[in-house]
Amino acid sequence: MSAVIYLDNNATTKIDPNVLEAMLPYLTEYYGNPSSMHSFGGQVGKALKQARCQVADLLGAEESEIIFTSCGTEGNNTAIRAALAAQPDRKHLITTEVEHACVLNVFKQLEKQGYIVTYLSVNRKGQLDLMELEAAMTGNTALVSTMYANNETGTIFPIEQVGAIAKEYGATFHVDAVQVAGKLPLNLKSSTVDLMTISGHKLHAPKGVGALYVRRGFRFRPLLIGGHQERGRRAGTENVAGIIGLGKAAELAQLHLADVAQEKKLRDRLEKGLLAIPDTEINGDRKNRLPNTTNIGFKYIEGEAILFSLNQYGICASSGSACTSGSLEPSHVLRAMGLPYTILHGSIRFSLSCYTTEAEIDRVLEVMPGIVDRLRDLSPFNNDQAEWLQDREEAVVSNR
Amino acid sequence: MWDYTEKVLDLFYNPKNQGAIEDPNESGIAVVFGEVGSIACGDALRLHLKIDIDTDKILDARFQTFGCTSAIASSSALTEIIKELTLDEALNVSNRDIAEYLGGLPEEKMHCSVMGQEALEAAIYKYRGIEVEEHEDDDGRLVCSCFGVSENRIRRVVIENNLTAVEQVTSYVKAGGGCSSCAAEIEDLIAAVQQEKALTATRVAAEIATAQERNRPLTTVQKITLIQTVLQEVRPVLLADGGDVELYDVEGDVVKVVLKGACGSCESSTATLKNAIEVRLRERVLPNLVVEAVS
Repeated sequence: MSAVIYLDNNATTKIDPNVLEAMLPYLTEYYGNPSSMHSFGGQVGKALKQARCQVADLLGAEESEIIFTSCGTEGNNTAIRAALAAQPDRKHLITTEVEHACVLNVFKQLEKQGYIVTYLSVNRKGQLDLMELEAAMTGNTALVSTMYANNETGTIFPIEQVGAIAKEYGATFHVDAVQVAGKLPLNLKSSTVDLMTISGHKLHAPKGVGALYVRRGFRFRPLLIGGHQERGRRAGTENVAGIIGLGKAAELAQLHLADVAQEKKLRDRLEKGLLAIPDTEINGDRKNRLPNTTNIGFKYIEGEAILFSLNQYGICASSGSACTSGSLEPSHVLRAMGLPYTILHGSIRFSLSCYTTEAEIDRVLEVMPGIVDRLRDLSPFNNDQAEWLQDREEAVVSNR
Repeated sequence: MWDYTEKVLDLFYNPKNQGAIEDPNESGIAVVFGEVGSIACGDALRLHLKIDIDTDKILDARFQTFGCTSAIASSSALTEIIKELTLDEALNVSNRDIAEYLGGLPEEKMHCSVMGQEALEAAIYKYRGIEVEEHEDDDGRLVCSCFGVSENRIRRVVIENNLTAVEQVTSYVKAGGGCSSCAAEIEDLIAAVQQEKALTATRVAAEIATAQERNRPLTTVQKITLIQTVLQEVRPVLLADGGDVELYDVEGDVVKVVLKGACGSCESSTATLKNAIEVRLRERVLPNLVVEAVS
């Protein structure tokens, strides 16, 4: 296989060499426990403090507002449970239909435990309707939890407007910013956000580390109970090397924010080239998107087959098709957007990073038309049957 | 990433027999296609057959597939398997034959092989003028409403592939793969099928043991009891195809049955008799039994 062209950075990213370099001493030489009462452990504690400051800087927050976690999933689980504990009398929760599974499935479980959950819908572009949010809010609403930007389409939610509405009703506001940290500037000091989740491996830190922002003064209850680590807010011996890595990655991400325009330029180049292929369209809000993400629907062909074809050229992307998940149902995000079935199964997400080069983008543009042509040649469906197909597919779905 | 075999990847990257078949409008040659699936379901297969009307032989088979890597490879494998077969022989091709040809499929992808087998049946039934509706509209109650899967179809796939878990049923026929509210029902069905199977096995074994103990051949009554039990086992498979079977009489080693529904009008009924029923009876009751159809 030829050299890898990695365009799946919303799934995970490469560890920055500088991050690795910063981490290594903490896997070899400095193995002390930061909680220990000797200077061998104490120096590790100092390094953790520095990492905490680096992450706080990226978020525009205070050092004391950062809790290190093991991943985005832990951050989101912790945040949601903490919000419930903060206002135990309130039993209504609001989220959106397009959240990550580590948010959606927590809410599904909470429903079983007696909470009432409102799942806000999105329109064809993946945008929220703030009127719908306003109408759903009550004095009984404990929490509004939304993502900052969608992992599949890159569509950005207007979180400050959402937060303002949540605050009007005294609800906690949690934001899953896993896809945003390092891609958009953040300033939580002047924000309505109470809790914000980020994950290390999406911004060139290693897997197994994340952080949760908890606004100062927020009535926080921990998920993991045990020792006094993280000031009692997340028990368990720290993943020291991971945390150091996250700190360094946060520092680098802050510097890199200035170069995001270059990433966007490459993304736009890719998108323009792919849209030149007939019967393709962009899924998501073109104007209001993460600069690194594009999600394109290729009609009449299936996403997993496209991915395996790309794989032949060493190109890594992902798809919302049912066959990639083994779940038999296509992406809940694209379904929530009401995309027609002719596009749903043939949607491909390309997500770039600061390492992406123009030559890589051009290589994708070189091979993609052939891949699409070949699979369309194999397919029994084509654009001549567009109308008939649409009717037929609607009938199939309504018969279910 | 799916762990596909080399064969699957090879037939995906270099598929054999893709495309449609033009009707040559020659006398003695028929061209027909069968279709299953839809874009909404995530995969669809249109299988084209060129048939020699006199010999019933498949002269050419081609496919058009909307679907994933293994759907395309399964379709291509199917066309390779059935070329040169007679229609009756082709009807005996099971989803397992397709999966085996490919050197195996990930279990979650077994439904790709089932799709191939179903498209083949659809094409042959269409050629033989058996209403597709009649075939699909079996008596079975709908169990999975997300993917429209009936009880009989689930029973069939459980029996034929000896499935023991809901996830397997989902992998084979998609049932339970949507809202999964039917999972408990599928569990019950699996349990029922397994129980019936175990019961038959014990009864057959007991009868044969009794006969051997007495050192005597099976009495006609014993034979009938055993044959009835085995037929009960075969019925769901036929029911799934819109057919049925009933025991008419037993004379010596000759078992006379009545084929009903789609089986009665189906030209492949001889194959069904020999392969589905006779083989099983010989295996389970007596090795010298012969099955005949009476009308």
